Amino acid sequence: MTIPRGKVVAIMGLSGCGKTTLLRLIGGWLRPSVGEVRVDGEVVNHLDHAALFSLRRRMGMLFQFGALFTDMTVFENVAFQMREHTALSEDQIRDLTLLKLQAVGLRGAAQLLPSELSGGMARRVALARSIALDPMLMMYDEPFAGLDPLSLGVIGQLIRRLNDALGATSIIVTHDVTEALALVDYVYFMADGAVIAHGTPDDIRASKEAFVHQFVYGEADGPLPFQYPATEYRQDLFESVH
Amino acid sequence: MSRVSEILRTMGARVTNWVWRLGFASRFFWLIIAHSGTSFRRFHLIIREVYFAGVLSLVIILVSGLFVGMVLGLQGYDTLVRYGSSEALGVLVSLSLIRELGPVVAGLLFASRAGSAITAEIGLMKATEQLAAMEMMAVDPIARVVAPRFWAGVISMPLLAALFSAMGVFGGYLVGVRLIGVDEGSFWSQMQAAVDFREDVMNGVAKSFVFGIAITWIAVFEGYDAPPTAEGVSGATTRTVVTSSLAVLALDFVMTALMFRGV
Amino acid sequence: MMSRKELDLWVGVFVAIGIGALLFLSMKVANLSSFSASETYQIKAKFDNIGGLKPRAPVKAAGVVVGRVSDVHFDNVTFEAAVTFLVDARYQFPRDTSAKILTSGLLGEQYIGLSAGGDSVNLKTGDTLKITQSAVVLENLISQFLYSKAADGGTNDNKK
Repeated sequence: MTIPRGKVVAIMGLSGCGKTTLLRLIGGWLRPSVGEVRVDGEVVNHLDHAALFSLRRRMGMLFQFGALFTDMTVFENVAFQMREHTALSEDQIRDLTLLKLQAVGLRGAAQLLPSELSGGMARRVALARSIALDPMLMMYDEPFAGLDPLSLGVIGQLIRRLNDALGATSIIVTHDVTEALALVDYVYFMADGAVIAHGTPDDIRASKEAFVHQFVYGEADGPLPFQYPATEYRQDLFESVH
Repeated sequence: MSRVSEILRTMGARVTNWVWRLGFASRFFWLIIAHSGTSFRRFHLIIREVYFAGVLSLVIILVSGLFVGMVLGLQGYDTLVRYGSSEALGVLVSLSLIRELGPVVAGLLFASRAGSAITAEIGLMKATEQLAAMEMMAVDPIARVVAPRFWAGVISMPLLAALFSAMGVFGGYLVGVRLIGVDEGSFWSQMQAAVDFREDVMNGVAKSFVFGIAITWIAVFEGYDAPPTAEGVSGATTRTVVTSSLAVLALDFVMTALMFRGV
Repeated sequence: MMSRKELDLWVGVFVAIGIGALLFLSMKVANLSSFSASETYQIKAKFDNIGGLKPRAPVKAAGVVVGRVSDVHFDNVTFEAAVTFLVDARYQFPRDTSAKILTSGLLGEQYIGLSAGGDSVNLKTGDTLKITQSAVVLENLISQFLYSKAADGGTNDNKK
């Protein structure tokens, strides 16, 4: 699997097929048992602690439910990385933070606590926080999960816009087919920890492969059975009598 | 036969599991120590946690200290007056508080007030992926979240125990001298003659310091180790209170035995 | 959300009263101001019998506490109890001072009583007191009393 620089790539598949694991491999959280992960020429799984941390400074990640620090204000959340990793003055941090918040349209909410935000707003703040240090690689773990259609559209547009503005590379892990297909440049399909199909959104929509077709059009039964593997129904009922 | 082996197997599994956890906890302890330099350079992180662990425990510590001291005053007087030595009330109250009750009761209260809060907070941060997010931002959560809380607990605990003892002595004074009418002069002077700075006060401080380390260590470990679910966090919080209370009592016995010299 | 200044203030108050409590315990309760931390010098004394004397028992002169017993052990050569105690350096005693083991009250704790002698040279650290008097052991006293009663009432041939 290769993810080209400057593109927005979606990784799709069912829950539990290894999408999040993939992000963790890229972030250097988990080490692969075989093979290697390369980011910007560096083999992630061979890096030591310090090198890994310096690589992570060039990555941003948006977590499934935002993962904002609940004991800090929105402003402090976005400023967090600048305070931790840079020697910028308080004025510069303020300007940069407000800039990032402006980019996601929440400059007015700077002094609120995460608990006072709606789900969509929290996601946008988390997005502002993850781009705080202008990363070269953005990872989104289920950015659309649990959002209303309006916030969903806003987040989708933001992902696209920020990627193009920063000149970054984005990886979106999702199972929201329609939103993802409208947004991305390239799609990988995964099942059981392996890539089973890939192509541009148009290729995917036109795909004749049964599994992809079932997934894209949300059909209940197909190559992926509706029933969880079990003994025969009739036999099961019969047994319960005893 | 198979039942016996079943029981043995369960026991074995429990012991192995327990040793595993102990190993993890010890490793975790060294990680905290190793990352402490960073948190001491940014002392305001520790100050913030001293507020949550120490300042917010003040009320419960002061009020309980006062009541425990007043009860000691009443009960102690009741016993001492049978031997005609009610002037020794000050000695009884102050020695039992400084050597024993201050560190132990303050430790138990601290475990349930601050220890459980620390576990719940870290556990929730883990469950909501805040710790993961921090790590992804190249900030080590042990240095940023765990170590400041640990040191705040270690700093707060001796101060809280001292406040508890002082408040208790005051409570004993209120009941003994003001209420019952023990002679004020002999109350204080017998106390001062019997209580030794190094043997009693410093022993109490040493105890509370060790309790502080044990409680916060257990609290941060349970929080960091909690399964990232709601049940996981609540289970870990309960475990913190139970384990650290037991640890306080067991350590108290060990330390008292070690410091016990007057044979 | 609490401001940083307010938080610092509270923590400052907390630490200050915590240290205040420690000072209260050291000064008012343990009476550190008058003893223990000050300079001391070490004196030894040997007793035939120390009764129930324990380490940390007070050393008094004319009823005033001037020091504390630091160590009690058995001397294997002289078969006596060797007692070491620390005396506050503010109090000086002549070299021929004698030590006695006394009891405060009938059932009270035992302590060492010092009675000053008349020598012009003062005791210094490491000195041993020459004149000592053992503890009065109640059982011995009673048996002595009974024995003398018996002797008085008896044939009177065994004069003590």
